[in-house]
Amino acid sequence: MTDETTPKKKRLRRDRWKNLGADILLWIIMFIFFVPALWIILTSIRIRSEINAFPPVWIPSGFSLDSYKILFGMPTPEGAFGLGGEIPVATYARNSVIISLISTFFALIFGTMAGYVFSRFKFRGKNGLYLSMMLARAIPGIALSLPLFIVFARIKLSDTLIGMVITYVAMNIPFTTWLMDGFFRAIPKELDEAARIDGCSLWEAFIHISLPLALPGVAAAGIFAFLTAWNEFALAGIITRTPNSRTFPPALFEFTGQFVSDWRGMTAMSVLMLIPAIIFVALVQRQLLEGLTAGATKG
Amino acid sequence: MTVALDKNKVPKRTLRFQISEKQLPFLLVLPSIIIILAVVGLPMAYSLYLSFTDFTMTNAKSFELIGFQNYANLLFKDRLFWPVFGRTILFTTLAVNIEFVVGLGIAQLMARAIRGQSLARTLMMMPMMFAPILVGFQFKWFFNAQVGLVNNLLYTLTGQPQLIPWLIDKNLGFITLLVAEIWMSTPFMAIILEAGLLSLPQEPFEAADIDGASSWQKFRMITLPLLMPFIYTAMAIRSLDIARAYDVVSMMTGGGPANRTELIWTYVNRLAFSGQQFAMGTAMSYITVIFSCFFTFMLFQNVLKSRWAGDMDE
Repeated sequence: MTDETTPKKKRLRRDRWKNLGADILLWIIMFIFFVPALWIILTSIRIRSEINAFPPVWIPSGFSLDSYKILFGMPTPEGAFGLGGEIPVATYARNSVIISLISTFFALIFGTMAGYVFSRFKFRGKNGLYLSMMLARAIPGIALSLPLFIVFARIKLSDTLIGMVITYVAMNIPFTTWLMDGFFRAIPKELDEAARIDGCSLWEAFIHISLPLALPGVAAAGIFAFLTAWNEFALAGIITRTPNSRTFPPALFEFTGQFVSDWRGMTAMSVLMLIPAIIFVALVQRQLLEGLTAGATKG
Repeated sequence: MTVALDKNKVPKRTLRFQISEKQLPFLLVLPSIIIILAVVGLPMAYSLYLSFTDFTMTNAKSFELIGFQNYANLLFKDRLFWPVFGRTILFTTLAVNIEFVVGLGIAQLMARAIRGQSLARTLMMMPMMFAPILVGFQFKWFFNAQVGLVNNLLYTLTGQPQLIPWLIDKNLGFITLLVAEIWMSTPFMAIILEAGLLSLPQEPFEAADIDGASSWQKFRMITLPLLMPFIYTAMAIRSLDIARAYDVVSMMTGGGPANRTELIWTYVNRLAFSGQQFAMGTAMSYITVIFSCFFTFMLFQNVLKSRWAGDMDE
């Protein structure tokens, strides 16, 4: 619409072509980002013989849900090819859900409290504390996995759900703190102060005034914490050894043999891994964006 | 302060233990500090100690302090260390810069008011939902020499059977890993930068239009400086996640074949578990920690400056 206010017609036309070109370029880029995901989903419901066919078959002649049936150990006409029925997919799913949800819950509680403090108070050593929290998050999972592997083995936490939960709580606190700090900063301090003058304690001001206003931020932080725990591999791959606590990412890794790979079975498993992530992100897409940029706009 | 303490006499809302207003902030941060110390601090300290010993899984009971020997071995004797280290630096530098440039480009394209903007954004967020291990699986499969999507496409387009060994060749392997990493992380950059572009004030642009500034001048003189806080944010978050490349690489090539695509993160794993040199692995892991912390520190400094402009503690 604003284009029409431009006086010269020539320029208008040129802008239109430029815009069309930009649109096409944008959609090509979107395509590149989206197609691999689509390809994985499509492959998981294709017929097995067409996947490894040579020359490649581009247009599927039909679809089947056999790969999912095999994954869950149900009988299929083609038999238990590849991943077979021995894989405790349901157990992996259960572990992943339990570990991700519980660790997200605690990371949110602790991280929100810490974020509130960082946003509202000045104290000596604040910068140092903040930076060390962020550095704790910057330690690569693989570097942390070696000592955790030994320590957990000593205190009988290796290959347990509770061990993984504690690990992910610690991993998620710094980033939650960072996001919540940004969100609390966007809420005027004066609201808290007014409540305090009216006789609220500090705790009450936090719980009843600031926290409700920062709930969209909590949602965004929750998504991040959940996705981090749900998708984490470096630590889970080394600490979880058996179906006792093994989650999806190391389970997926387990199935990539060097010589034989059941690609379709793995795509089915990938789709299982993707579903919760897509649902979660779709639910709070907007808050996610606000959360990430909350600190930046307050500059 | 005393006002609030008096308030505690009201029966229902009373905290059991009397907490003064001054202590509460510390109590609120305390659980976070304790958990991080227990799960990250202490194990990392232990790992630092182990890196000065000759600890292996088989002599877990009797191992000795050997000083800096593990580090010296890595730095001066190990023939793989420097190539691996150099490759990692090249990899991260290329990845972050390409992601930034491409991300900014996409952000510019998306920030124009277009139809289907939110659809475009949703499609583009797809890689953000992928576990890095899943990204690794996906590209391992796409670049598979026999049944991979890329070689299949080349076959259909050229009519010649193509068996390009994407993941086995040294240089091609590096490039495919880079492609995977960029596919995984660019959308995130783009989304943050787009949010930044949308929040920019319009007045400077209108003024520039009146002055007859070119688009490049507007970009260089107005957009980029105003976008800086968002660029810092994107870079900072990126720096925290840089080691996720480990997942991608271990899935796609495992650092192989014959260490041709090894990065520092996969090398830690190889030393500690495949090579049975656990202490050497911890020494190597400390090198990755220093790498990550340096990277984080560089990028994070600027963020803190912009966010805490008013309340530095002094």
